[in-house]
Formats: sequence, C-alpha cells, structure tokens
Amino acid sequence: MTNATLKQLSQQLAAGEVSSVELATHYLDRIEALNPQLNAFITVDRARTLADAAAADAARAAGQAGLLTGVPMVHKDIFCQQGWKTSCGSKMLDNFISPYSAHVVEQCHAAGLVTLGRANMDEFAMGSSNENSYYGAVKNPWDLNAIPGGSSGGSAAAVAARLTPVATATDTGGSIRQPASHCGVTGIKPTYGVVSRYGMVAYASSLDQGGPIAQAAEDCALMLNVMAGFDERDSTSLERAREDYTRELNQPLSGLRVGLPREYFAAGLDADVAKVIEDAVAELKKQGAQVVEISLPNTELSIPAYYVIAPAEASTNLSRYDGVRYGHRAAEYKDLVDMYEKTRAEGFGAEVKRRILVGSYVLSHGYYDAYYLKAQKIRRLIANDFKAAFEQCDVILGPVAPTAAFNIGEKSGDPVQMYLSDIYTLSVNLAGLPGMSVPAGFDRRGRPVGLQIIGNYFGEAKMLNVAHQFQLATDWHTRAPAL
Amino acid sequence: MKWEVVIGLEVHVQLNTATKIFSGTSTAFGAEPNTQASAVELAFPGVLPVLNKAVVEKAIRLGLALGSKINQKNVFARKNYFYPDLPKGYQISQMELPIVEGGALPILVGEEEKLVKLTRAHMEEDAGKSLHEDFSGMTGIDLNRAGTPLLEVVSEPDMRSPEEAVAYARALHSLVMWLGICDGNMQEGSFRVDANVSVRPFGQQEFGTRREIKNLNSFRFLEQAIKYEIQWQIDTLEDGGRVEQATVLFDPDSGETRMMRSKEDAHDYRYFPDPDLLPVRIADEQIERIRSEMPELPAAMKARFVEAFGVSSYDAALLTGSRATAEYFEAVAQASGQGKLAANWVNGEIAARLNREGKDIGDCPISAERLTGLIQRIADNTLSSKLAKQVFDALWESDLSADAIIERDGLKQVSDVGAIEKMVEEAIAANPKAVEEYRAGKEKALNALAGQVMKASKGKANPAQVQDILKQKLA
Repeated sequence: MTNATLKQLSQQLAAGEVSSVELATHYLDRIEALNPQLNAFITVDRARTLADAAAADAARAAGQAGLLTGVPMVHKDIFCQQGWKTSCGSKMLDNFISPYSAHVVEQCHAAGLVTLGRANMDEFAMGSSNENSYYGAVKNPWDLNAIPGGSSGGSAAAVAARLTPVATATDTGGSIRQPASHCGVTGIKPTYGVVSRYGMVAYASSLDQGGPIAQAAEDCALMLNVMAGFDERDSTSLERAREDYTRELNQPLSGLRVGLPREYFAAGLDADVAKVIEDAVAELKKQGAQVVEISLPNTELSIPAYYVIAPAEASTNLSRYDGVRYGHRAAEYKDLVDMYEKTRAEGFGAEVKRRILVGSYVLSHGYYDAYYLKAQKIRRLIANDFKAAFEQCDVILGPVAPTAAFNIGEKSGDPVQMYLSDIYTLSVNLAGLPGMSVPAGFDRRGRPVGLQIIGNYFGEAKMLNVAHQFQLATDWHTRAPAL
Repeated sequence: MKWEVVIGLEVHVQLNTATKIFSGTSTAFGAEPNTQASAVELAFPGVLPVLNKAVVEKAIRLGLALGSKINQKNVFARKNYFYPDLPKGYQISQMELPIVEGGALPILVGEEEKLVKLTRAHMEEDAGKSLHEDFSGMTGIDLNRAGTPLLEVVSEPDMRSPEEAVAYARALHSLVMWLGICDGNMQEGSFRVDANVSVRPFGQQEFGTRREIKNLNSFRFLEQAIKYEIQWQIDTLEDGGRVEQATVLFDPDSGETRMMRSKEDAHDYRYFPDPDLLPVRIADEQIERIRSEMPELPAAMKARFVEAFGVSSYDAALLTGSRATAEYFEAVAQASGQGKLAANWVNGEIAARLNREGKDIGDCPISAERLTGLIQRIADNTLSSKLAKQVFDALWESDLSADAIIERDGLKQVSDVGAIEKMVEEAIAANPKAVEEYRAGKEKALNALAGQVMKASKGKANPAQVQDILKQKLA
C-alpha cells in the first residue's frame, strides 16, 4: 500500500480491496510516524480526514463513486480550504481559517478525494529551498541534511516519503518542478490559465500556476483531469473545452522531435546532473525520438526579469495583510501607521520582506521604466525564443536545476546564489508554458535528479506522454527513500 | 492687481449597476455596515476580481454623449496605498489607456453658453468608508461601498469662475442622470466633486499653483468652497505669500478650506497594470450598438424644442435640464399643441411648486395628461390666467382632471357678451367718479372699473372682453 500509485489505489478502492478509511488511516499513521523528521506538514486533522474518508466510503457504497473517490491527498497550504487553516507558510496567516475553498480544492472535493493534511511550503511561495517557512524547514526524505526544494517542498517531500500518493502544488518560478526534481517525484506545471487561481493565495499573479505532484506521470495526468478547467471567477482562466490528459499516454515516441537548448547545458551545470540528463535523452532516442539542438538565447535574462516582475506583483499582492480584517495583528501599537508597521514587521519573514522591498522599489516613480517595463520587454523576448524553438521540436528537454538538492543552510545566507539556481525553470513561467519534472537518476551523493520536459502551449498531454513512456522503460520514479 | 481664476473639476460618478465592479455583490445603498461585502471586497487571501461588463457599457455611454474618443483597448492598473477602508492595499483603477479621452460638455452660465473640454474619464472601484464619529478613540470600517463602480471624469482647467464650475457640475450631473448611468444622489455620495483651483494675474500665460478641494457633495458647498479658496489664494498672494500645492478639505460649518496634505506628503502610488485582469477590448460593433441605443441628448432635444414648439432657447435649455422634465414637457406640448404655454407652465408654476416642496419632476402630482387638460382650457379661453392658477392648485391637491375641477367649482370663464355688458353697465352706473376720471384722460381709471367687473363676476369674466366692452361703452 505504501508505494502504491494514485492509479493503483483507485483500482484497489474500486475492487473493494481496501476502504477509504483504511487508506486514510494508513497514511495518517505514516505521517504521524515520519513527519517529525521531515516537517512536511503544517496541519493534520485526523478526525476530519477520517470523517471525509467515511463519507467517501458511504458514497461508494451508494454507487456514487468516481474514479478517484476515497483516494487520499494533500493540499499545499497555499490553497484556501474551507474550515482548514490556510497559512501559506506565514506567521501572518497562522490564525487564518479559510471561510471558502479554492477552485482546485472544490474540484478535488467534488472528485471525492480525501484531504490528509496541509503541506509545508516557503512563506507565500517565495523560496527555492523550503527554508523560508514560518513552520520551519522541510527535510529532503532522501537525505535529511538536504533541502527538498521549494516552494512546494512539503508537497514533494510528502509524496517522496509516501506520506500521500499525490499532492497539489504551485509553480511561480519552478516551485513544482524543482522540489519534484530534488525529491525524486513527478510534477507538472500546466500552461498559465489552465488551472484556476481562484482561492490560491497570490504570490505573483501573472506567473502563479497550480499543478499536481505524484509518483508517476500517469497519476499527474489523472490529477490534472481533476484540477484543470475554466473558472469564471479567475479572469485569467482560459475558456477551453475540457481535455483528458491521459489520452496520449500510450503513444509511442517514434518521430518525436526533442529539442535540447544549448544554454541549458553550458557552464554551471553539475556534471552528475548533466550525465543523468544525457542518459535520459539516450533512452528517449532509443524509443525513436529525434534530437534537435536548439537555442534559447535569452535564458540568462530570465533571472533578472523574474526577480523584478515577481517581487513587483508580490509587493502589492501582499498589501492586504495589514492586520485590519484577519491574520496577525501586532499586540501593541500607538496609531494606525504603527499598527501597519509592527504587524507587517512581525508577520512577514525575511525573504518576503526582501521581495516586498524590491518590488516596491522597481514600481516606484522614476524607476518603473528602467526595471518593470524593461523586465516586461525581456519577458516578451523569452516567449519569442520559445516560439522559434517550437518550430523545430515538439518538446524541449533539459535539467530542472543546475545541481541536485543542496544542504540546508548552504545558500540561505546568500539570496543571489539561491536565485541563480532557478535558471532553468524561470523562463517557462515568464513565457506561460507548461513544464514538468520527471525522476531520471541520482547524483554521486544519492540525491535525486529530475529531467525537465517543456511543452508548447497546451502541450500537457504530449509532455505526459513522453514522461509516461520514459517511466515505462525506467524505474527511477518507483524508487523510494529509506526512512 | 486683477486676478484670473482657473478651475478644473474631477468628478466621481457612481455608476448605478446592480452589482459591484469586480464581484457579484449588491451595490444597494443603506444596508447594515459590512453586510454587502463579500470575500472579494474584504480582500481575503486568494480572491480575484472579475469585471462587471455593465460598467464598461455605461462608461461608453458617457463617452459617446460627450463626443469623446472611446479607447478600444483598456487596461486596469493598481493604485497602491495603505488605508483601512481600502482592503487590498490598492485600488483598481485606470492609468494609461482610460476608457474615455477628450470630448466636451456645453454649459450655460446666465444666458451664455460655453464648452468645457474633458481630459478623460476612467473606470475604478470605490473604497469603503471610515466612520470616525460613532466610536470613541477608534475608527469603524464599513466596506459596503468598497468595490462600487465609479467613473472619474476629469475636465480641462477651462472654468474661470465659481459659477462656471457649478454650471459644469450641474450639466454633468444632469447628463449622467439623462443617460441613466448614475442615480445622481449627491447626499448618498453618488456624485462627488474635487475642485482644482488656482489664480493668476490677468494676462499671465502660466497657471498659478493649484490646490485641490476634495470631496464636495453639493453644488452649494462646491460654490462656497471655491469662493473661499479663491479669496484665500488672492489674499495670500497679495500679502506677499506663496500658494503651495496641496490637497484641502472644505468645512461646511466654518465655510473654510483647510489643509489635508501638502505636495511633500503626496503618495507614490506605484501604478502598474493589474495582472489579475486582462486588457478589455471594445469592438466597433459594441460601440455602434450602444450608440444606437442612446437616448436623444439634451443639446439635440433643446434644438428640436426651439424648432418644433417655438420656445425660446433659454426656455428650451431649462426644459432639457433633466430628461424627465424634457419628456414631461414634450408630452404636454405634443398633446396640447401649445408649446409656449406648456413651456411657461413647466418652467413656471410646476418648477416653482416642485422646488418649494423639495420634489423633482418624477414626484410631480400633476401628470402630463392632467396639465395638458389645464393648458387646453387656457388656450380655448375657458380659463383666465387667474382661474387657471386656481385650477392648477386644485390639480396639485387632487386626482381630478382640469375639466372636472372647472365643473365642480364653477370656474368657467364668462365670455358671454350679454352677461359681461350687463355687469359693465352696472359698474359704470355705480362708479361715476372713475368714469369721469377716465373720460378726463386718466387711463388708469379703466382698470378700477375692470376690477369692479371682475369682482362682480367672481373673477370669471374674460378680462380681455371686459376691457373691450368697457372701452366701447365709455367711448
């Protein structure tokens, strides 16, 4: 049961081999036993979970079960969930019980999925190591000295440690793909606009996108079927016909054109990671894929562009946390401005403050053109790079991060070093493209390395097809850490 | 020194949509505090704005009425500042690419017409209200108003006197109600005016330094505030002082303006395009559809009234002061075939009586149909003007028709020559002194005799006939 995939669990439930309550109990017990080492969860509520599981069993008994009814899952603590604490990893929202549910949460609930708990994350999704959580760092299940990646570190670690078969996550600059890569699990960030942002606490609105993390690509496809879809409450949600993301899983890869951007294999890429990616590409070639060398010349500019645009948006998205209506409020203050200042000084962590300051600066009078507007122009150049590249290939492959997971504390004192490690993931968000990470091997220290697959707009089914075919031929995604 | 006054107005027009600009929450006024504030207005984590399309439609209506350019690509921007009644910490507004640019509004100052140019009008959301009075040592926040759609209409600095500023504000007020995009209720804050005021020596090209008077919610306060501000600026300059750019508030109790914040305290609003809202594209077809649905505008209607009903330009301007008045007048003028009489009654008795009772034309107890009945009896000489006034008062108090009142009160004018001759003869016989004076060339004496006849007829004799017959008999 521990290593079962989402698909297998759904089959076991349908066959009556196991009940939802039994499954929930199994995972809750595992969480209780293992989470103290990992710190992957912010909230676990056994009674509530078991009640939901019992309701799922009742629905099944009444003949009202869907494909995923009764399967347990975990939500990243960024998705508002009615009646659950939705902290977003911040002291600011430590006392915030959401009165409503995000679109993604509603969809999962409607599909009958049972919530095991709420996953730890970098505060307001700002971070690449999950060291920025008010609730403490998450540990990598493969090596407790290593970071799990961020910001969806709790989601990735929970799936890797088999504390849940699947978790929701969000990706603003790599926050699904990078932790998935570091934890040896599969994660997909869809095209911007495919998954509604309604009820997803905003970090950088034009970049944020929700998606699933699971063991296998097939599970991600099943979850995406639940999470995706038009939602009129999000003006950036795309009004498209529903699609079945499993539909291309079993297509052979012969004739597939695979683009390798030369900028993704240049200086700075760890040799072990490079080797893992080369081997993965070789496997796909073996299956009939053709390799094309491509260029994404503005890749390096994605770092400054991202670290202008994302903080700019974040600086105003986070203005609502003022202590007036909900969330943290300083205990003592002498007037309104003092209340704002103390509340925000106490409620936000260092990285959040840093990005609010940077964002306020780049939007301020006299600097707007030089920073924000310039970054938007770079953003267009980056999107154009991809447009040209996709004329030559069907998917783009590369590393997710320059190295496997680094050690906790290794980069936390140097934000610029931390930001540079996002080099291979940021441009996908800036262009609004879908991207995923698939387990593809380990480095010399035994830390997982993911293969990044970047698709064209709405190319999710094709990417999942590539990942699934890769996983049929390899077993990286089935390996679990010894805990 | 002679000073020239320069005034530009920014008017916040609350659009009368059923729901808020970025959520489905009701906009109805007067509900219990914070009962019309959803998660969107409360700015809960994760909520998102969705544009109410009716706001765009109403903005386009105003743009078309003002002859403005309608921008077909609209971008919403965030205007960032912290205030407790602004829950998101930013207001969604428009910066570059406002929906309406340019255009002009004709105003009437005295009998003179002038065109005031518009700079722009943009869509934005209103903030909530901070209530300082009811909570000692604390401030109450009511978010019912948060997210109410506004159109901020900005004029060029084209006005040169408080009277012009008031005339412009009134004309805009009447236009937005005419177009059906605002309820015009100034007490409830549906139409709020900020006035930018400066003075400069006559003949000087550059503008003086302006001060902005915020949030004036009546035409009277607007006039008082501007007058006070002008005098203050002139006094300051003539005393050798300088006017510093500032935002000021008008205190209706003292009649004075006082400083709210100086230029140094001005916010850096850090405007940037709101990433939660996509640019709004307005198609030609949409503009043309709205144009085809527009009511006849005041200027066109005014010209038509002059042409079709022979009323004076001044009367026509008054009649088209509001759409309801214009429609009322037109119904009476059409049905009675008496344009001038109709104009006199609508602009005269009706307007005066409504004004005295604090009502507007929509509450007028005399329907257009019943006023038509009265005017027909004036036109066919059934009623003298004096009797007509009597019938009018009775119409105001009852539901009866003019004819029924005339019948009931026996108010028919006596135009029977025999009857009038008899009364005239009696008056001549009874007032030999007046007769003598008249014959001696004192024209006024005739009025005394006519008065006696009118009295004898209880006011019902046709006054013109009385005059004629008197003259005949005394000739």
